[in-house]
Amino acid sequence: KSKKTLAKPGVKNIVLVDGVRTPFLQSGTIYADLMPHDLARAALQGLLNRTGLPKDAVDYIVYGTVIQEVKTSNVAREAALGAGFSDKTPAHTVTMACISSNQAMTTAVGLIAAGQCDAVVAGGVEFMSDVPIRHSRRMRKTMLSLNKAKTLGARLSLLGSIRLAHLAPELPAVAEFSTAETMGHSADRLAAAFGVSRLEQDEFALRSHTLAKKAQDSGLLSDVISFKVPGKDIVSKDNGIRPSTMEQMAKLKPAFIKPHGTVTAANSSFLTDGASAVLIMSEEKALAMGYKPKAYLRDFVYVSQDPKDQLLLGPTYATPKVLEKSGLTLNDIDVFEFHEAFAGQIMANLKAMESDWFAQTYMGRKTKVGAPPMEKFNSWGGSLSLGHPFAATGCRLVTTVAHRLQKEGGQYGLVAACAAGGQGHAMVIEAYPQ
Amino acid sequence: LVLISILGLHCEYFTRTHVNYEIKGDVAVIRMNDPSVNTLSVQMQREMTEVMDEVWGNSAVQSVVLISSKPGSFIAGADLNMIQACTTAEEVTLLSQEGQKMFEKIEKSPKPIVAAINGSCLGGGLEFAIACQYRIATKSKKTVLGCPEVMLGLLPGAGGTQRLPKMLGLPSAFDMVLTGRSIRPDKAKKMGLVHQLVDTLGPGLKSPEERTIEYLEEVAVEAARGLAKKQIPLTKEKGLMQKIQDHVMSYPFVRQQIYNTVQKKVMKQTKGLYPAPLKIIECVKAGLEQGPTAGYLAESQNFGKLAMTPESKALIGLYHGQVTCKKNRFGTPEKEVKALAVLGAGLMGAGIAQVSVDKGIHTILKDTTLEGLSRGEQQVYKGLNDKTKKKSITTFERDSFLSNLTGQLDYNGFNKADMVIEAVFEDLSIKHKVLKEVEAVIPPHCIFATNTSALPIKDIAAVSKRPEKVIGMHYFSPVDKMQLLEIITTDKTSKDTTASAVAVGLKQGKVIIVVGDGPGFYTTRCLAPMLAEAVRVLQEGVDPKKLDSLTTGFGFPVGAATLADEVGIDVAAHVAEDLGKAFGSRFGGGNIEFLKSMVDKGFKGRKSGKGCYIYQPGLKRRDVNTEALEILESYKLTPNAAISSDSDIQYRLVSRFVNEAVLCLQEGILANPVEGDIGAVFGLGFPPCLGGPFRFVDSFGADKLVEKMRKFEEVFGNQFTPCQLLLDHAKDPSKKFHK
Repeated sequence: KSKKTLAKPGVKNIVLVDGVRTPFLQSGTIYADLMPHDLARAALQGLLNRTGLPKDAVDYIVYGTVIQEVKTSNVAREAALGAGFSDKTPAHTVTMACISSNQAMTTAVGLIAAGQCDAVVAGGVEFMSDVPIRHSRRMRKTMLSLNKAKTLGARLSLLGSIRLAHLAPELPAVAEFSTAETMGHSADRLAAAFGVSRLEQDEFALRSHTLAKKAQDSGLLSDVISFKVPGKDIVSKDNGIRPSTMEQMAKLKPAFIKPHGTVTAANSSFLTDGASAVLIMSEEKALAMGYKPKAYLRDFVYVSQDPKDQLLLGPTYATPKVLEKSGLTLNDIDVFEFHEAFAGQIMANLKAMESDWFAQTYMGRKTKVGAPPMEKFNSWGGSLSLGHPFAATGCRLVTTVAHRLQKEGGQYGLVAACAAGGQGHAMVIEAYPQ
Repeated sequence: LVLISILGLHCEYFTRTHVNYEIKGDVAVIRMNDPSVNTLSVQMQREMTEVMDEVWGNSAVQSVVLISSKPGSFIAGADLNMIQACTTAEEVTLLSQEGQKMFEKIEKSPKPIVAAINGSCLGGGLEFAIACQYRIATKSKKTVLGCPEVMLGLLPGAGGTQRLPKMLGLPSAFDMVLTGRSIRPDKAKKMGLVHQLVDTLGPGLKSPEERTIEYLEEVAVEAARGLAKKQIPLTKEKGLMQKIQDHVMSYPFVRQQIYNTVQKKVMKQTKGLYPAPLKIIECVKAGLEQGPTAGYLAESQNFGKLAMTPESKALIGLYHGQVTCKKNRFGTPEKEVKALAVLGAGLMGAGIAQVSVDKGIHTILKDTTLEGLSRGEQQVYKGLNDKTKKKSITTFERDSFLSNLTGQLDYNGFNKADMVIEAVFEDLSIKHKVLKEVEAVIPPHCIFATNTSALPIKDIAAVSKRPEKVIGMHYFSPVDKMQLLEIITTDKTSKDTTASAVAVGLKQGKVIIVVGDGPGFYTTRCLAPMLAEAVRVLQEGVDPKKLDSLTTGFGFPVGAATLADEVGIDVAAHVAEDLGKAFGSRFGGGNIEFLKSMVDKGFKGRKSGKGCYIYQPGLKRRDVNTEALEILESYKLTPNAAISSDSDIQYRLVSRFVNEAVLCLQEGILANPVEGDIGAVFGLGFPPCLGGPFRFVDSFGADKLVEKMRKFEEVFGNQFTPCQLLLDHAKDPSKKFHK
């Protein structure tokens, strides 16, 4: 190891006490009738149960979400109140696409490092079973004017101005606002740019599902809590893990670029409902309260690049930067957890990290950082198989790193993820001495 | 025949430099890579024929992909030099027939050929592509498909007039071939010109351009295999609309109606001055009504005929001139202009700002009043927003372009400006005031450019502390539409200042002429005598509508009376007075008092709603302003019957323009005839079919022009005295402005 520890003199040690998540379910399945704050509440309650934390010991709550339910725009507060936290505990919501809960966690780290808080709960929730579908702008305008119209005549004339076309609803899309390109389309182009074949993508997706299945079966996914869904059975397992065969996957048609694209439904992450939560504390406070922390949260970075052609290359940019910041090399890392948006996106990132030319031409670096060895990489499955509730994935990655370090006996772990808007994040996690 | 012997000479013992191929399994990938630009040159055609023969003869090959190794172009068109080198129509016809034969073989290829298109696929390039069985194009911004031949006075001479109507249907085919418009990939897919689109790629393990071509090739190879195995059908199932259209078109009566309509439209737009569109209709008609043999024969023969017309030579000359005027002959400036400040947010100032911000130049737009500034910023916004409606830019691009614009009322930030362009009111004392104010705040390297249409630059620079940094940049209104920029240098303007101004203009997308200083420079100076003559013609009792039809009938895109309204009657009066003072009676003709009376009445042209015509918002039809006719009544002149026929009036207008242009060359205001032609056509709308005043003298004959002028001179005196250079050319017919 390049360094014995990443502890720095004069800098507070910040620890992950524990992390939990609801089962990640394909959207439109068992969670279908809930609301986002219901899921978030389940994760928060699960965290309280798991840690036995006194509710009034929490100084602050930060929660991430991407597609907002307009009724609960500060979903952190609604969930916290419902989960029985003290109404004296403030809560706010952050959003940064797929790295929203990473942002929630690093916000917590910042609050503790600045000496403003000692115990913060961070998390994220995404609920894709129901999304805000709006009236068209014209229709909204008419309806708003209708509110102000004083006379019956004015109202009638406004109603008369409504045309059939105004009734067409506006659907949210997983697309970049700046480029209007859907993410899957961009992923397909990215895979093509790095020459990632359909076969490579299907193989990686199959790997993800196989490893996830194995982890699930051997009880390694201990961050999953059971959740009694009102009116339904208790859910205690992710339901998107489906190891298939290469032959079956090869039958699928491309989902975005037709007819010659390579990204399919089988090698992409699916729309998922789920929530996660973690308890982050200063080491002193955690020890004082009698906890045995799971890991130290160390250096982290956020990066951003061209949202059109490099939309999903966040890990490539963030990994060398965070390693440099912490003074480690790729070899020092025992556990890698990368967010798998698309198999093609992961393969493209691995190839980019393995390329000196890319490092020199686009990142202003002298040499490549190198690709993580596969035996250390997402070995308990990833977003492709476990599911990807956008804002909940970050906490899953960090908790998984902590659990894998404990299980596999490593010292350093690295989390990296890409996000819409051409942004990215990476964090180094150090195992807490056992 | 000459051509065949040349072909023979080059045929053997040369390794291939333009076309090569690689066998990938059962697919032959043919790559075109002309050392300069991919054109259908003699060399390219010869090597292509050889390669095709080898590929057809190779039993291991089941299908073919045709692709260019050049990032920006598939095939940019036929080799113009090859056509220009011919001296007779027969030679050109032969060239056309060679091309037709080659593409016929491609069309009848037993092994399916996929054209993989990235970049410009124009003219002969397009004709090659549509002879192939399948087309795949990238969505690159550089990918355009089109038949621009008509813009060069030619027609698609290698099967284009025959294949396109069958492929796209008559209306779309006519639109494409007669307008020469470039078609973007998504539109091409929709109209059935290409079968499949491929996205452009971003950074990967190779440069985006290189990898995109590779990707296109991979997709094309797969498609070629699919075609060979008949997994991909060659003919697409036709939609209902297409079936209905085909059915309707099967009636000769309907087709005849279309030919007539198109013919009428062409005649209305070209006044019969351009032979190419008419010949194109003829070829399409021959092919559809009399069969392919007649069609192809008509195409090759008409192609030969057109290549020999003066119109085609004029248009090709303009094309070459435009290419020349898109280069900076003053070299690279020492410092690139990254921060620009524009003074005055009027029509011109805001227009200049608009064409700068969308090229990434940080631009300050300064005005003296909030109202003026607000109007100007709105103009910039609207200009860019209109582009989003046409989908040439996205709303996001619009926003990011607008972030380059800073509107303000003070001189804040001028200390960081690399160039200031002033577009304030055309008044010497105001220009002096502004120049002094600006020089007090700008850094030493900053260039001061003045946008004026007539004031001599040296007069403006007279109060400057650093006249070497002062230059004229004469933009044309509307700035975002007009292509020309006239740059004016004084004796004191440094070469680096000029290089910098040209560099900025080129970045703004302009075609640039650089001229010497003097009243009216080049463009305004040529226009003024023609407008003076137009006023006299009006005074002689010719109706504005008649005047317009006489000028447009000569080939001007805008009639003289309309032009005066567009320029502004007040501006015309102003310029006429200024230049009248500078050049004396030679610039006389119409009575300036008439213009002044118009201005007094508020008839300032389109901007005031009334001029020679009445302009009503939302109304396309314009009526003659009868009040203007009443004013004319009091300035009435009696026309001299000997020089007042329609043709005489046309030549009175044109000869004054042309003579002044030649005088500008004689006096050294113009550096060369090419810039003179480009300036006249792109800035003033001189008839493109004549190629500009200098090419007009060459083709019309200087002697004949002088003869006409002498006749007018007898009546009007020195306004029609031919200049010395014109006389020299008249005396010696071997003297030509263009070789």
